[in-house]
Amino acid sequence: MMEMETLECKHITKRYDTGKFALRNVSFAIPAKGIFALIGRNGAGKTTLIRMLATQLMPTSGSATINGIDVVDGAEELRNLIACVPQEARAVGWVTPKQFVTSYLLWRGLGYSEASRKAVAALDRLGLWKVKDVQCQKLSGGMKRKVLVAMIVASGAKIIFLDEPTTGLDPISRNELWNMLRKLKDDHFIFLTTHYLEEAERLADIIGILDDGRLRAIGTIDDLRKKVRYPYSIKILSKVHVEKPRNGMIVKGIDENYQVVTTEKEAHELSKRLISKRVRFAMNPLTLDDIFYYIVKKPIEVESYDEEDEW
Amino acid sequence: MKDRFSQILASILVNAVYAMINYPVVLISTLLAPFSLFIVIVFVSHGQLLSVAVGGALIMTMISSGTSMQQDLSHLKNDFKLQDMVISSPTSARMYLIGMAISEIVYFLPVLLVLLILTALYISTSALGYFEIFAVMTIMFIFSVSLGFILSTFTSDVVQSWAFSGIVSTLLSALPPVYYPISYVPAVFQPVVYLSPATYAAEIVQAIVNPGLVNFSAGTIAIDWIVITAVCIITTFIAIKKSRWREN
Ligand SMILES: Nc1ncnc2c1ncn2[C@@H]1O[C@H](COP(=O)(O)OP(=O)(O)O)[C@@H](O)[C@H]1O
Ligand SMILES: [Mg+2]
Repeated sequence: MMEMETLECKHITKRYDTGKFALRNVSFAIPAKGIFALIGRNGAGKTTLIRMLATQLMPTSGSATINGIDVVDGAEELRNLIACVPQEARAVGWVTPKQFVTSYLLWRGLGYSEASRKAVAALDRLGLWKVKDVQCQKLSGGMKRKVLVAMIVASGAKIIFLDEPTTGLDPISRNELWNMLRKLKDDHFIFLTTHYLEEAERLADIIGILDDGRLRAIGTIDDLRKKVRYPYSIKILSKVHVEKPRNGMIVKGIDENYQVVTTEKEAHELSKRLISKRVRFAMNPLTLDDIFYYIVKKPIEVESYDEEDEW
Repeated sequence: MKDRFSQILASILVNAVYAMINYPVVLISTLLAPFSLFIVIVFVSHGQLLSVAVGGALIMTMISSGTSMQQDLSHLKNDFKLQDMVISSPTSARMYLIGMAISEIVYFLPVLLVLLILTALYISTSALGYFEIFAVMTIMFIFSVSLGFILSTFTSDVVQSWAFSGIVSTLLSALPPVYYPISYVPAVFQPVVYLSPATYAAEIVQAIVNPGLVNFSAGTIAIDWIVITAVCIITTFIAIKKSRWREN
C-alpha cells in the first residue's frame, strides 16, 4: 500500500464568484508523509488550496486525491482520515480546553469516556495540564493555539492540515510547536502553510512555492536550491566597487542589499579579495529567502556594483 | 449509531450545556425573551388576551430558537472557524444541524418549563387541542432552526449575521399577530401579515385556545396547516441540500 501514500493535484483551478482566480492550474504529486510546507505571500492562494484539500471548498476545475481518495467524490471517506486547523481558528471561548478537545473528539465519533480520556492525555502532552479547566478565552494566544494542536494530536487523524499554525506566536511558542510537529511527522502527514521561510526550511521535507495562484516550484530544499543557478551569495555590506563575476550575477536582493550570486569557487576568490580590501560582507549558501525571492520575484540584475568607497 | 450520538452530544455540550454552566446569565436572558410582548399584551388587554398570549409565547419561543440558532452558529463559524473544523471531520452537515437544533431546545428548556405551567393554568382544551398545539410548535421549531442553519452557513461575519437575524425577526416575530388575534390587524395590513408563516401558525393556536374570541372556518384552518407544513418541508429540504457546507 506504500505507493498509495500520495497527495496528487491535477490542474486545480479556483475562481471565486468575485471573478478572482485564487489558484491557476495547480498540478503536483508528493508523498503523503512527513511535512509538506506551502509557502507564499499573503493572497498567494494557500488557504484556498488547503481548504480545497481538507474538503471545505470545491475546486472550480481539476481534481485532487489523497492516498487515492478523491477530495470531492470521496469526501465522506476522507473526512474520517483528516483533521484541519483553519487559519485564525480558535478554541471556542466559553469552554475549557478539556471540554473543547473532548467535544471535538465527540464530533469525530468517539464515545464520551474515551474522548475525555484522550483529551486529557493530549493536553498533558502539550503542557496544558494546569490550564485544562480554564475557559479558553482567558488563555494566552500561544496556549490557545496549543489547544488546537492538542485537539489534532488527540484526534488520531493521520492526515493533518494546518493553515498558518505559527503566525503571531512568540519565538518560544513557535519553537515548541515546531518540536511537536517534528515528533508527529514520523507517523503523520502534515500539510502546513506558512509565510515564514525559515519555518519551511527547518520543518518541511518538501516545500511548495505558491505565488498569485500558481505553483512556481516544488521539491526538497536542495531541489529548490538547484532552481537558482548559483549556490552562493555574497552580500556586500560596505560601499565598494564590485565587478560582475565570470559565472554569476549581481542582484539587488530581498533586503535591498546588493549581492553577488556565484559559484562556490568564485565566491571564495571574491571573499579573499573583499577581506584584503577590508570590505564588510556576508557569504552564505543561498537561503530559502533568497530562493523564494528569485522564484517569485525576479531580481534586478546589474552589471556592476559601484558605490563611493568610504574606506 | 454510537458515533452519531456522540456527534449530536458534542453540539449540545458546546452550544448549550457548557455555555449555560459558564454563563448562567444567558439563562435569564432567554427566559425573559418570549415574555416581553406577552406582558404588554396581557396588561393592555386587561387580561382578556391571556390565553391567546400564552399560545403566542409558545409559538414565539420556537421561532426564537431558530433566530438563536442562526446567531450561535454564525458566531461559531466566523469567530472560531468551528464549521470548517467540523466539515473536515466525520460529522455531516445533517448531524451538525440536528445536534445544534437539539442544543437550542436544551437552551430553551427553562422557558418551556415556565410556558408549560402557564399552559396548564390558562389554556383549557381537549387532548386533541393540546396535541395540535404541540404539532404547530414542532413544525415551527423545525422550520425556524432550518432557516437559522441555512442563513448561518451563508454568513461570513457578524455584521452580516445581524442583518440576517434582523430581517428574519421582523418577518417572524414583529410582523405576525402571534400574541393577539389577526382581527386586530387593520384590514389594509392583513395581506402583509400573511407573508409570515408565523401568522398561519398563530391562527391555528388562537382558534384552539380562545374559540370564543377567534373564529375561523374549517377551510381556513386546513389552509393554515398546509402552509406551515409546506414551508417547513421546503425549508428543511433546503437546509439539508442547499446550505453552504462545503463552499462552492
Ligand atoms: N471567499 C472568497 N471570495 C473571493 N475571493 C477570495 C475569497 N477567499 C480568498 N479570496 C481571494 O483569493 C486570493 C487567495 O486567497 P487565500 O487563499 O486566502 O490566500 P493566502 O492564504 O495565500 O493568503 C486572494 O486574492 C483573496 O483575496
Ligand atoms: Mg491564508
